[in-house]
Amino acid sequence: MKAVCWEGTNNIRVEHVPDPEILNPRDAVLRITSTAICGSDLHLYDGFIPTMRRGDILGHEFMGEVVETGRGVTNLKKGDRVVVPFTIACGQCFFCRQQVYSCCDNSNPNAWMQEKMYGYTSSGLFGYSHMMGGYAGGQAEYVRVPFADVGPFKVPDSLTDEQVLFLTDIFPTGYMAAENCDIRKGQTVAVWGCGPVGQFAIRSAFLLGAGRVIAIDTVPERLRMAIEGGAEPLDSMDPDLFEKLKVTTGGIGPDACIDAVGMEAHGAHIDSYYDKVRTAIFLATDRASALRQAIHCCRKGGVVSIPGVYGGFVDKMPMGAAVNKGLTLKMGQTHVHKYLPKLLRHIENGDIDPSFVITHTVAIDEAPHMYETFRAKKDGCIKVVLKPH
Amino acid sequence: MQLDVMTDDSIDTSRVNVGPAERWLSVVAGGALAAYGARRRDVPGGLAAAAGAALLYRGTTGYCPISERIGRDSGHGYGHPAFADGGSDTREQLGGARGIHVEDSVTINKPVAEVYRFWRNVENLPQFMNHLQSVSMRENGVSHWVAKGPAGTRVEWDARIINEIENKVIGWQSLEGSTVSTAGSVNFDETPRGTQVRVHLQYNPPAGKLGAAVARLFGEEPSAQIREDLRRFRQLLETGEIPTTAGQASGRGRETGRW
Repeated sequence: MKAVCWEGTNNIRVEHVPDPEILNPRDAVLRITSTAICGSDLHLYDGFIPTMRRGDILGHEFMGEVVETGRGVTNLKKGDRVVVPFTIACGQCFFCRQQVYSCCDNSNPNAWMQEKMYGYTSSGLFGYSHMMGGYAGGQAEYVRVPFADVGPFKVPDSLTDEQVLFLTDIFPTGYMAAENCDIRKGQTVAVWGCGPVGQFAIRSAFLLGAGRVIAIDTVPERLRMAIEGGAEPLDSMDPDLFEKLKVTTGGIGPDACIDAVGMEAHGAHIDSYYDKVRTAIFLATDRASALRQAIHCCRKGGVVSIPGVYGGFVDKMPMGAAVNKGLTLKMGQTHVHKYLPKLLRHIENGDIDPSFVITHTVAIDEAPHMYETFRAKKDGCIKVVLKPH
Repeated sequence: MQLDVMTDDSIDTSRVNVGPAERWLSVVAGGALAAYGARRRDVPGGLAAAAGAALLYRGTTGYCPISERIGRDSGHGYGHPAFADGGSDTREQLGGARGIHVEDSVTINKPVAEVYRFWRNVENLPQFMNHLQSVSMRENGVSHWVAKGPAGTRVEWDARIINEIENKVIGWQSLEGSTVSTAGSVNFDETPRGTQVRVHLQYNPPAGKLGAAVARLFGEEPSAQIREDLRRFRQLLETGEIPTTAGQASGRGRETGRW
């Protein structure tokens, strides 16, 4: 089959690889009908995530039809149309029982790697480094899905692929980011980063009762999309960002701030240059200027919610601001299984149509080119959907 | 597990009649039994605690009055000069620098009876303990253990369960005269998070080539190996399978699943 493979930093190729097979009783194999490039895939493309190997198949946002099931999978049958959470969860460990599925104890075959780096392991992820399990991803014609009796969710034929595909990651990720803000009716939420996750965070904040959402980015088409979602735009490169946020909130500051940027932030402030130097000479691994701003700008007693991906170490964290303002910091990989059914109902009810975020739909052979376009934010690129067949 | 409890100079070593593996096991099993008994606070508990205390004494001093009475001595003839000299180095006593002693714990989100039952059927152990090739039950409660040595070699021994309290503790030990002197114990405790399993394993390699094979059963890092074993144990019991990528497709062809 064809698959999008990581062949090194800045090097992505479509390769012919063996077809996936059932390896464990609870596995299924899907024929993929739609798959997307995620903003977090760019961290792999840029070489920011350790433990990648040449030839790793990328992709963690995918859906398709069941073509084969292991003997332990009784809830799926051939031909079922399903979406698959990017976090792989066993459904039976203590953490899955608490619905913190991305902390699953049992799904990462390389748990020891993460234990060395993080103390304890999180769940396995599709196509996202060997530290995260080394599972082959879904930017391919077929994929093997472990714990398929827990992961894949059936979707109704009345909805298109484009409407349900983002239930695999970015919609639940934006939603969890907003839910973590503990929004009370009418509150103001500021969102750093208007990529796909930021866009879903904005819309989810409104679904959860926010009165105002302030969208912070510097790419015009992304701010336009945010405005269409009801947000008020601010330029992230504006040196007076803090003042503007303060004035527009009556001198209080936003009730909650969401960092939907993560470890590769580009900022206009002095700290972002500091980060670039530190990461370039390996004194830090992650650039965190969006996170620092979110902490700095948040009102006293507010919440900073972090859906953005961080992998290693952050330098110059403004802990003084966080402590003395009594902030709550919430974060984590998304517990997709927990949110997916509820968000599917929102789509069926017509509360939201996630396909708004798609700017490019191409054949899988175009993937290397689209990684480049997406990273450079060229051609108005916000979200790329690949069609493998 | 403190091993240096066995080096008390005040002990008259001429009275030592319990071998190193047995002493170690006595300490482990005795400690477990005493802790269990003390917690029960009733008559059977008191008896268990007393028996545990006796085992602890036997383990820490190396002297067993019962063995003396029946003329049994496992404390000599192991070929450890340091031991005969008065036991100044416990590492030597316990199999020399090549001896393996590992201890770890894991919590499993399953009822204690289920976890206990799975382990009590020792034939299940090779499903998650990578150094074992097979364990098969023979007659009279004796089990035959085959471990994978380096370079395709095999190390074999017979063992028997020597300590058992249902849903609480299992202790086993290689038979007298086995080529490999080994012992292990598992404690099971119910916690609000599930069943806590605490494992001790001891291998005392004999001299010579076989000894070298035994010493390398767990590779370079025995404690890392046992941690992986216990992780697989939890995965198997909680999910019914052990997650893997071995055999999956990639741009490198079929994967081995090894990093």
